[in-house]
Amino acid sequence: MAQYVIRRILFAIPTLVVISLIIFAILDLAPGDPTSQLPLTLPAEVREQIRESLGFNDPFIIQWLKWMQLMFINEPLHIIDSIFNTCIGDCESRARIISWSSRAPAVDIIFQRLPQTLWVLGASFVLGILIAIPVGIISAYKQYSAFDNIGTFVTMIGYSAPTFFTGILAIIVFSVWLGWFPSFYDSTLVVNSWDTFLAHVKQMAMPVAVLTLFNTAALSRFTRASVLDNLNEDYVRTARSKGLGETMVVTTHVMRNSLIPVVTLIALQIPGIFAGAIITEQIFRINGLGALLITAIGQADVPMVQTLTFMFAFLIVVFNLIADVTYGILDPRIRYD
Amino acid sequence: MKRWQWLSLFAALALFVAACGSGTVDTTTDGSATTGTGAATTDATTGTTADGTATTQPTGTGEAGSGGEFIAFQWQGPSQANAYLSTGTKDLLAGSLVLEPLAEFDPAGQLVPALAAELPTQENGGIAADFSSITWTLQEGLLWSDGTPVTADDVVFSWEYCTNPETGCVADFATVESVVADDDLNVTITFTEPQPYPFTHFVTYTYPILQRAQFTDCAGAGADACTEQNFAPIGTGPYMVTDLRPEDIVTYEINPNYRGIAEGKPFFGSITIEGGGDAEAVARSVLEIGEGDYAWNLQVAPEILEPMEGAGNGVVLAAFASNVEHLNFNQTDPAEDADRSDFAGGANPHPVFFDNPDLIRALSMAINREELVAVGYGAGGTPTCNIWPSEPAISTNMDACLTQDIEGANALLDEIGAVDSDGDGVREWEGIPLEFDFVTSTNAVRQSNQDLIADYWEQIGVVANMRNEDAGLFFDGTNASDASIWKFFADIQMFTNGSTGPDPQGYMVQYITSQIPESTNAYAGGNIPRYASEEYDALWAQLSGMSLDDPARNEVVIQLNDLIVGSGAIVPLVYRASVSAFANDIQGVGDLNAWDSEYWNIEEWTRG
Repeated sequence: MAQYVIRRILFAIPTLVVISLIIFAILDLAPGDPTSQLPLTLPAEVREQIRESLGFNDPFIIQWLKWMQLMFINEPLHIIDSIFNTCIGDCESRARIISWSSRAPAVDIIFQRLPQTLWVLGASFVLGILIAIPVGIISAYKQYSAFDNIGTFVTMIGYSAPTFFTGILAIIVFSVWLGWFPSFYDSTLVVNSWDTFLAHVKQMAMPVAVLTLFNTAALSRFTRASVLDNLNEDYVRTARSKGLGETMVVTTHVMRNSLIPVVTLIALQIPGIFAGAIITEQIFRINGLGALLITAIGQADVPMVQTLTFMFAFLIVVFNLIADVTYGILDPRIRYD
Repeated sequence: MKRWQWLSLFAALALFVAACGSGTVDTTTDGSATTGTGAATTDATTGTTADGTATTQPTGTGEAGSGGEFIAFQWQGPSQANAYLSTGTKDLLAGSLVLEPLAEFDPAGQLVPALAAELPTQENGGIAADFSSITWTLQEGLLWSDGTPVTADDVVFSWEYCTNPETGCVADFATVESVVADDDLNVTITFTEPQPYPFTHFVTYTYPILQRAQFTDCAGAGADACTEQNFAPIGTGPYMVTDLRPEDIVTYEINPNYRGIAEGKPFFGSITIEGGGDAEAVARSVLEIGEGDYAWNLQVAPEILEPMEGAGNGVVLAAFASNVEHLNFNQTDPAEDADRSDFAGGANPHPVFFDNPDLIRALSMAINREELVAVGYGAGGTPTCNIWPSEPAISTNMDACLTQDIEGANALLDEIGAVDSDGDGVREWEGIPLEFDFVTSTNAVRQSNQDLIADYWEQIGVVANMRNEDAGLFFDGTNASDASIWKFFADIQMFTNGSTGPDPQGYMVQYITSQIPESTNAYAGGNIPRYASEEYDALWAQLSGMSLDDPARNEVVIQLNDLIVGSGAIVPLVYRASVSAFANDIQGVGDLNAWDSEYWNIEEWTRG
């Protein structure tokens, strides 16, 4: 197992290098101009000077190598320094990856955006799991019952209604008509009292509900199908014939076996939490990582787009690995040697 | 039994979560039932604490900063607050609460002193007799927010900072030879050539004064390491940045050294600019939900915006500067086998549009500008036939285009010989069918107007093949995108352009022959329709030499406007306004300012 993990980690390094090169190539080939939002009356010479000072005109390989150095050497050093309060090398004047639109270190902005994305997406993810798994199991166990039919109906609606529709609907009902929740997210809100906690719950309520509806739908269908497969297996009949109670059969035997693929699915969805929900963030004005990516693309902020997409790629590689390892732990029959 | 416990725990958790959810709803219902109004909800949701209670105090009579929090929504959130590194108006606005220029424009387009003691004129000796230099005098006793005095040397530094090529500054100092501090209060700007209109540099929120002490290490290559300075510049304005999160949120607190403090200005103790979402969402926030005080840049279709305003929480204000949505008719041949839209000294004329004012006039007559406004702009636009639309040089000679005249257009086309000779429903000009590529940027308003225009032209036997390009590619000045407006690989374009200041000279220069963008000059230049007229060039040269108080100056501007519009290179459509909304209880805003920062007089704003 350990050997397998080490092999996978070693293999991940060239994968990430190739991914970063591909991201660079795509961004280099795609047209884009960091000055495109400036007034049209601005002279072309001034525009050219801005692009020159940003390094926009450097050859693609130079830009990539510079970025590689910053991403794999300077940024990790900076993170180490800020965690342990140390100063490795010339920490004062160390070059960082600089966003073209804000002229600030891209990684700092990403960390600044992380909390709101994690709060909203994380909460909806956890809520989704807590609701979807029991619903999926009960639906399967009582197949074609009223509970199953209603569950199927609700999840079908949840899955097929896009968040840009349910989101706007929620704002109109709960913000405009009822005035219960704000239609925007205040990322500077510090929870330090009952009132601020309530304000935080209020600003999270709508986006979390909308995303949970969507997440629950997919996951509970998946759980239901998986449990249904297992309920008809021989080992379930054996368990029953041994005289075990129904609860024991379902919770011990069926659940353990049918949740294996569900757990894998959940692990593979975790990088998505970090990537943000682009549409939901836009609708509820949560300036998380999804919103950051979209604005960066719109402003042709190449260093920001590169760093963000690379971070997503990194997380996907890592969580794929974690999913594979968890699979091995959950199912003792699986061995990777 | 162990598994039993697991399941119970699971169920308990699920119940707990469900209970939490409904609990929240209950509390908030009670809350909104007792407080009732939208404004009260805002306070609760943003967590305003002690100073938030001050909002109940009567208007603007108290001491500075007694007014609590003012919440502004800018759907394009500011990236940083240094105007010289801005990537759009969003950043200029964020900086304008902190940094100030020497003079600014009021909503009527009149120049008023900001940091300057008075406006320089030739009479008071501020402007050299030959327009070769201008001397500004700072107000006495001005302090930066850190308590140090503002001197003429800071103005000199702002110029040095911006003209360092490695800074990547977005302000244009090409006509400035030098900026010299004569003493602590006087600073002289010398021009490379006489400037009869000398109020460009250090005027408006695009040219603020930076503090030398703070930015001294930030010029040139150092600009990258100056995040702190760019996010929270030390300024002279009513507020200071306390927290700036790029494209997310900016918070400000009152500047204790602001010169208006003794008079009780500004009223609001803190300002929050919330970014994110889109124009429609922020309009809803202020107008329908009432959870904020100001929403910026509401380019929303009137059928959506008007009902929102009807909800009664706020008002929509519109202000006109010089922005005109117009059609450019390519005077060069965009065909792929020709020198794609290269002017080539006049050797590559458009087969139909070049020097064909009557045909283009017919196309212009067919357009119902009233309808374009009603569908796309509402209060944010008004029909126009001029490319220079604002006071005091508004031409009335082109106004025939204001009334749609399909019959007249058909008759005019028949008269000049553009008839449908092969009976396919499309007219021909010298054997070439009148079928054109018509391109604009991707945007709901533009597409609806594009549809309408194509429909009008169909009624006069002209076919427009509509295309729309992503705004990022359409306004891409790098030459990487073949869709860019400067390359103009199409017959007709539609977009908005406008002057950054109320003086037309710097705007009308765009259409002189030497400003034509083409492959040989890397598509640099603002004469996008490729209009070449010796008469226009000569007239512009005359304008550039005329002093501001010359009574004939406005007449020349009108002539320039009539020349280019009359030639058919440009067909103006809609005079566009800036549109923003304010909550009903905000007072003291006056007219919206389209010539400078919309926050230009924020120190006067109060809550009633």
